[in-house]
Amino acid sequence: MSEPILSGHQLTRWFPGRTHPALDGVDVTVRRGTSLGIVGESGAGKSTLLRQLLGVDRPTSGEIRFAGQPLDRVRHRAFRRQVQVVFQDPRSSLNPRMSVASIVAEPLRSLRIGTDRAARAERVAEVLTAVGLRPEDGRRYPHEFSGGQRQRIAIARALAPAPRILLADEPVSALDVSVRLQIIDLLKDLVDRLGLTLVLVSHDLAIVSQLCQEVLVMRHGRVVERGPTADVLTNPAAEYTRALLAAIPQLPLDLLEEP
Amino acid sequence: MTVLETTGLTITLDGQPLVRDVSFGLAARDRVGLIGESGSGKSLTALALLGLLPPGMRTSGRILIDGDDHLGAPDRQWRRVRGRTVSIVFQEPLTALDPLMPVGRQIAGPLRLHQGLNRSDAERRAIEWCDRVHLPDPARLARALPHELSGGQRQRVALAMALACRPRVLIADEPTTALDVTVQAQILTLLDELIEETGVGLLFISHDLPVVAGLARHLLVMRTGRLVESGPVDDVLRRPRSDYARQLVASAARVTRLARPSVRREDR
Repeated sequence: MSEPILSGHQLTRWFPGRTHPALDGVDVTVRRGTSLGIVGESGAGKSTLLRQLLGVDRPTSGEIRFAGQPLDRVRHRAFRRQVQVVFQDPRSSLNPRMSVASIVAEPLRSLRIGTDRAARAERVAEVLTAVGLRPEDGRRYPHEFSGGQRQRIAIARALAPAPRILLADEPVSALDVSVRLQIIDLLKDLVDRLGLTLVLVSHDLAIVSQLCQEVLVMRHGRVVERGPTADVLTNPAAEYTRALLAAIPQLPLDLLEEP
Repeated sequence: MTVLETTGLTITLDGQPLVRDVSFGLAARDRVGLIGESGSGKSLTALALLGLLPPGMRTSGRILIDGDDHLGAPDRQWRRVRGRTVSIVFQEPLTALDPLMPVGRQIAGPLRLHQGLNRSDAERRAIEWCDRVHLPDPARLARALPHELSGGQRQRVALAMALACRPRVLIADEPTTALDVTVQAQILTLLDELIEETGVGLLFISHDLPVVAGLARHLLVMRTGRLVESGPVDDVLRRPRSDYARQLVASAARVTRLARPSVRREDR
């Protein structure tokens, strides 16, 4: 087993005015070079958990550790270079008034990566190509792109600082099915090619099964089941996981066989 | 007997065609699924079938309801068929429900309008409908406001409202898309039960092929405003004739497949 790179210990998060915690004593370990899926329905706490791992929200109690260090002792810029995120809706996550090149260069500027403008432009062209866009697309604006292409731009921005860990919150949920497939393939390819560590939040077990080696099933702020994805899918231990699996609408089975 | 039939339905906005030459019919007990990706024109088609298109859109073709052409009919004529002959449920029941009115009275509304029931009879019938859609404690729940219900319960109310006047066609436009997967499964089961019981013809509109395929017997595939394929569900899934349908089935199969990932690379 590779060593833990990012972990949460007994994470509890209360939001004001709520009668139940959004996270209730959650332990999570992300190992270097592996992929972890966090699944659950709305209100399960999966996005809250992701925000803790991303360091943008603090637990009420418990601790996040990065590379063995408590997160508040890690320099912010060093952490942010290593850990980047892609959100669900590329319409609201991309600034409509910035060109694609400046959107993708944003983390390079704020993290002070690249010696000068030319070096950053080179990196922007590189990541645009990596996500299947053309370097000259950098001169255009987000509204000129389709939903799937905008998600590619968001992925390019996340990859620009060459992070080791990519967090993704429902990265394909807002997309049509054919486009969803392309983005899943792109993520799969990037994770393999760049050796990224992936943490994926989704309500969709099928998506998680295609991208993640390990899975964490959450409900009401707690982890109800965890393990290698293949085991959890074929032999779910928790009743809730079984109910979740049974509820997934499926095409006739013979159509689902791998080509 | 065909209740609802459209031939050559075309919808344009500022001269741009959004829906082109769409034709199909629906009889009682039919279960038709209409599938397409965003922007394909499926929801506009649904709105046109109820005379609910936004202002500025122009239509041509025919929309026959019980043999009468309703295309371009005045609103007064549409109001006689909406809810009574053809009903609709939308994706987000909150937008269809009045936030300030108890849900029982909202179910009773169309009963008073179309069937001339007095208030107490209509409200008694509304409570019966709350029971038929399996809302717990129907008499109490009928007095609740929409925000006091869960998303699944609200969709049950919307279904009760749509079916209360015994329409012969129900249009369901993405009725489970906003719901969690376990709640979606419950609503699909309920919908199946209700259309069996009432014999209402169903037009089920969705972007989600596995959901549609589970409920419909006949499938219409729409792309950029046109119907590109029409046939029994099994034929469309297994022997699609258009490239687009073939691609749609292949994408849906891959996206919904529960993969068993092998270990991707050695630990380092």
